[in-house]
Amino acid sequence: MSVFSTASVRMRALAKDPQVTRLAVILALLLIFFAAVRTPSFVRLSTWQSMAVQFPEFGLMALGVMLTMIIGGIDLSVVAIANMTGIGAAVIMLSIAPPGSDPSQAVPAILAAVAFSLVAGALAGMFNGFLVAKIKIPAILVTLGTFELFTGIAVIITQGKPISGLPTQYSEVFAAKLGGIVPMQLVMFALVVVVIWFLMSRTALGTKLYLLGTNPTAAEFSGLNTVSLTVRTYMLSGIFSAVAGLVMLANYNSAKADYGSTYTLLAVLIVVLGGVNPNGGSGRLAGTVLAVIVLQVLSSLLNTFPDISNFYRPLIYGGVLLLVIVMNQWYKPGNFARFFTRKG
Amino acid sequence: MKAIVHKLTRSNEFYVFLVIVALSVVIQARSGQFFTANNLVDIANAMVVPGLFGIGAFMVLVSGGIDVSFPALSSLAVYATTRVLVDAGYEGALWLPFLLAILLGGILGAFNGLLTSRIAIPALIITLGTASVFSGIMQGALNSVQIPNIPTAMKEFGTGALFIATNPDSGLTSTMPVSFLLLVGVLAVVFFLMKFTTFGRAIYAIGGDESAAERAGFKVKRVKFWLYVLVGVIAAIAALVRTSMMGQMHPTNLLGIELLVIAAVVLGGTAITGGTGSLTGVVLGTLLIVIVQNSMILVGIPTFWQRFSLGVLIIVGTGISAIQLSRSRKRSIVTV
Amino acid sequence: MTDLLAVRNVSKSFAGVHALDDVSLTIGRGEIHCLAGENGSGKSTLIKVISGVHAPDGGTIEIDGTSHKRLTPMAAINAGVQVIYQDFSVFPNLSVLENLALTSELAAHRKLINWRRMRRIAEEAVAKIDFDIDLDEKVGRLSIAEKQLVAISRALMSDAKLIIMDEPTTALTTREVDALFRIILDLKERGISTLFVSHKLEEVFEISEKFTIIRNGRSVATKRPDELDRASFSFYMTGREFEPAHFNAPADSGPAVLEARNLGADGAFADVNFSLRRGEILGITGRLGSGRTELALSLFGALKVNHGEILIKEKPVVLRGIRSAIKHGIGYVPEDRLTEGLFLERSIGANAIISEIDNMLTPLGLLDREKTRTEAQRWVDELKIATPDPENAVNTLSGGNQQRVVLAKWLATEPEVLILNGPTVGVDIGSKSDIHTILQDLAREGMAVIIISDDLSEVIENCSRVLVMNDGRIVAELDPEETSEAELAALMAHDESEEAGVQR
Repeated sequence: MSVFSTASVRMRALAKDPQVTRLAVILALLLIFFAAVRTPSFVRLSTWQSMAVQFPEFGLMALGVMLTMIIGGIDLSVVAIANMTGIGAAVIMLSIAPPGSDPSQAVPAILAAVAFSLVAGALAGMFNGFLVAKIKIPAILVTLGTFELFTGIAVIITQGKPISGLPTQYSEVFAAKLGGIVPMQLVMFALVVVVIWFLMSRTALGTKLYLLGTNPTAAEFSGLNTVSLTVRTYMLSGIFSAVAGLVMLANYNSAKADYGSTYTLLAVLIVVLGGVNPNGGSGRLAGTVLAVIVLQVLSSLLNTFPDISNFYRPLIYGGVLLLVIVMNQWYKPGNFARFFTRKG
Repeated sequence: MKAIVHKLTRSNEFYVFLVIVALSVVIQARSGQFFTANNLVDIANAMVVPGLFGIGAFMVLVSGGIDVSFPALSSLAVYATTRVLVDAGYEGALWLPFLLAILLGGILGAFNGLLTSRIAIPALIITLGTASVFSGIMQGALNSVQIPNIPTAMKEFGTGALFIATNPDSGLTSTMPVSFLLLVGVLAVVFFLMKFTTFGRAIYAIGGDESAAERAGFKVKRVKFWLYVLVGVIAAIAALVRTSMMGQMHPTNLLGIELLVIAAVVLGGTAITGGTGSLTGVVLGTLLIVIVQNSMILVGIPTFWQRFSLGVLIIVGTGISAIQLSRSRKRSIVTV
Repeated sequence: MTDLLAVRNVSKSFAGVHALDDVSLTIGRGEIHCLAGENGSGKSTLIKVISGVHAPDGGTIEIDGTSHKRLTPMAAINAGVQVIYQDFSVFPNLSVLENLALTSELAAHRKLINWRRMRRIAEEAVAKIDFDIDLDEKVGRLSIAEKQLVAISRALMSDAKLIIMDEPTTALTTREVDALFRIILDLKERGISTLFVSHKLEEVFEISEKFTIIRNGRSVATKRPDELDRASFSFYMTGREFEPAHFNAPADSGPAVLEARNLGADGAFADVNFSLRRGEILGITGRLGSGRTELALSLFGALKVNHGEILIKEKPVVLRGIRSAIKHGIGYVPEDRLTEGLFLERSIGANAIISEIDNMLTPLGLLDREKTRTEAQRWVDELKIATPDPENAVNTLSGGNQQRVVLAKWLATEPEVLILNGPTVGVDIGSKSDIHTILQDLAREGMAVIIISDDLSEVIENCSRVLVMNDGRIVAELDPEETSEAELAALMAHDESEEAGVQR
């Protein structure tokens, strides 16, 4: 994502990006197929609303993973951060406004819970970033470790049980439909997307992160504060995960340590599908957002086929991921042939 | 003598060993139950499955890769095996379940091997993808459910005891499972493979410097391919052992164990960057994690703390080796 | 008797660019031959053709009387060609023993390892060159000279007839070079030929029997050493007459902008003293491992110093890191532009302005895109970077233009002191002289410049003063007008530890 171009140049560049184009085509085909095969559900508003309620959960996590992958790392702890902060928020809400308490308690309870969850998410992300940048543990190990750690904290707080009985006002706000149509969850996702777009293309931070991911040594030698950049990136990922946790809290009206267990894979899949280079340095927000939508549409489409078990979903997700990886390899000239020449 | 001491203090395994000793002493002091026959047998028992998985994870890490698909791979292989045998009403000997599981594990491993040896994408992402495909096939296509009655041969293998240890105070008994011999056997075979075959040395060479290995004439792609096949086979054996020991096939029981296994191997001194590590380290790392998990009850810590403690262990363990690494690197920059 | 190796009229192009154009080269049995050429002249492509890595577009390669149309790496090895690359292709995580013996086990298609046999093989291998080493030590812990000897021992095991060595002496001390030459002469006795690849005359001059010099992918001369002198060698290499020019602008008489007092970093360098004024170009030369790079890194805050002090404008400062050095007005063009200097896949513009990007914000803290665009364009124009669009990625540029981008990045910070480590490594002749002109102009405008380089003509022609480093110390300070490349080379290679009687 370049610093220099004007809007029109940027649009052209976006259209030229093969991965974004490919995703747009895939999405269009999916939608056409959906419309043709499942017309009644395709034209129903509720189909789209339920999609918009669901995808922000993993979409927000994917945005965090995207940022960490752009700087050459990875964040496998997003789900754990979402659960841990969601549980923390639920506990705070219940302690300020326990079931049966005065409804006027709900507002301060919700405010405190939201504030807590965002701060906790930022701190959790900071911890990841500190271990990666300062202690120099490989990001895979750090975030695998903190995945256990944060989930562990969540388990300790909840004793492994779900927390429910939240003030109804919470879901009235966070699961509201704006104007009776647009789900609040979608609005939160959109807000985060706008924030990332702004950071990545309107501030110096974006340029710096791409450079850091391209060549960390050169970044150090160019005087970039690589430690601070890394910590801030993981912090953002933690905050987005906390927002995802708030969305999950609203969707399920409860919190538990092992919600969303398939989301780690899903988030990584989305980011790779969206064209982010797992070795860092490149990737577009537009690609990731498109990939989120593609997967959600695919998933909802599958739902309309009752014969296809829900358990097929990981098969399809994993299959899509591998297909994308293999296809990306083929696009490099000469590699197609090499893939099939055994031995060597 | 001096050389041995020097070598010891330079090795990661030695420190893990010290930590294990210290931990055992602390637990013994707090509970008085650590050095009892049945507790030690319990620990050995609990080591079998993670130990077997650890051997596979170790080999992949040495080659410079990482595999997070082995729980899904082995669950699929063993679920299919058990399903087929149960549906056919198999009442025969143990060799057939093993043969089937090994065959399936090898085939699924080959799938991993084909992709990782040919695609220039971090192995983590590839195996995340294959893990998902494997568990999708198991849960979706095979419509997996719990199988309560596994073939008798497997059940007998799972409950078979080498000996039974009794705690004289509490009267509690613990069984030393036959499968412990399998762990020892696989350890021996892999030790031989890694130390005394060109294949094993090739794995180390690739993990040290892949392009130098290519230039030296190693068939890098072929080695990687067969490595993942082998790891698939070992994982399938591990899952078959687990299923036999549980006396039932629980398809999702193993999912998630990859974290614990990789943590154990890394704690044992295998570098995630490839090229170094030893089976001694794998055994010690696994032992350490098993002790921590098994002994929490002994010292009265609720089991809710298990995941938290595992997380702390991973971070502290990898953090120490990361700090050591960056120190030695700083020194080497200066002397170059 | 036929020649051992005859390369006849070989051509090779990559994406339409001629890397080799009708090159010929013959090496006799037991001959010590030197292939010389500037960086980018096609040396390495030629080596890759000889060792079967690249298939030539035209021409033939004859080894030991057998003509090869399509030489594969394996066929080249079987024919007796062994290449020792600059990185030696060793496995740092394995023992010396394994590094030596594994290849032969592989070549014999053995499936099982017999450690006793391997040890015997390794012992024989090191015995061939009287190399005294602990076979169980990990190769990662060896010195560069030892790693090289491991690589040579390994190369000799497979019945080699021709050993190709890429820049073999750059990192060695005199004594290590002598030891290496003894081994090469011994190989000659046994009829094994050696091909050195070098871009410096003095490196292997005394031992080479024949020189083949290539330039821009063509062979321009094949000479015996007695037919060559510095001037003619330089002419063949560069294609221009050797004209001893010097930089002599009057240095500012004011206070020193940068001063080192008894500066030292453990294990790297010690007792370094110098002062630098505005308008001066200070040359620091020395071999790889002499401490020159570590000194540069210390002055840039990238390496901690343990002794002495650094003064900037006569005030002692502690450089707590790279950013602190930048704040004090120090810029650093690193040794390895590809890994330390550039973001290859990112745009030229982003590369050039990254160090000043924080000064390109609107009052609201947003990125001023108009400003970044004009600034990028300004650097492209000012340093004559050959590109149609600053939006293009840096890896679309040639080495010389890439180096200009790195230079732009530092000039953008308006440094008072600019340190350049190997400013023209891997840069074509035209860009090289452009970069020299730029540096001299900067000094005339009042910048203080430090050039760290082992390209002796570069330091002699461009510096006001030259410091020679050897074994972590400054051993001489010379006036370029009164010294010669030969004198510098001697000072650089002089074995200090031998003199002091210290056993390494």
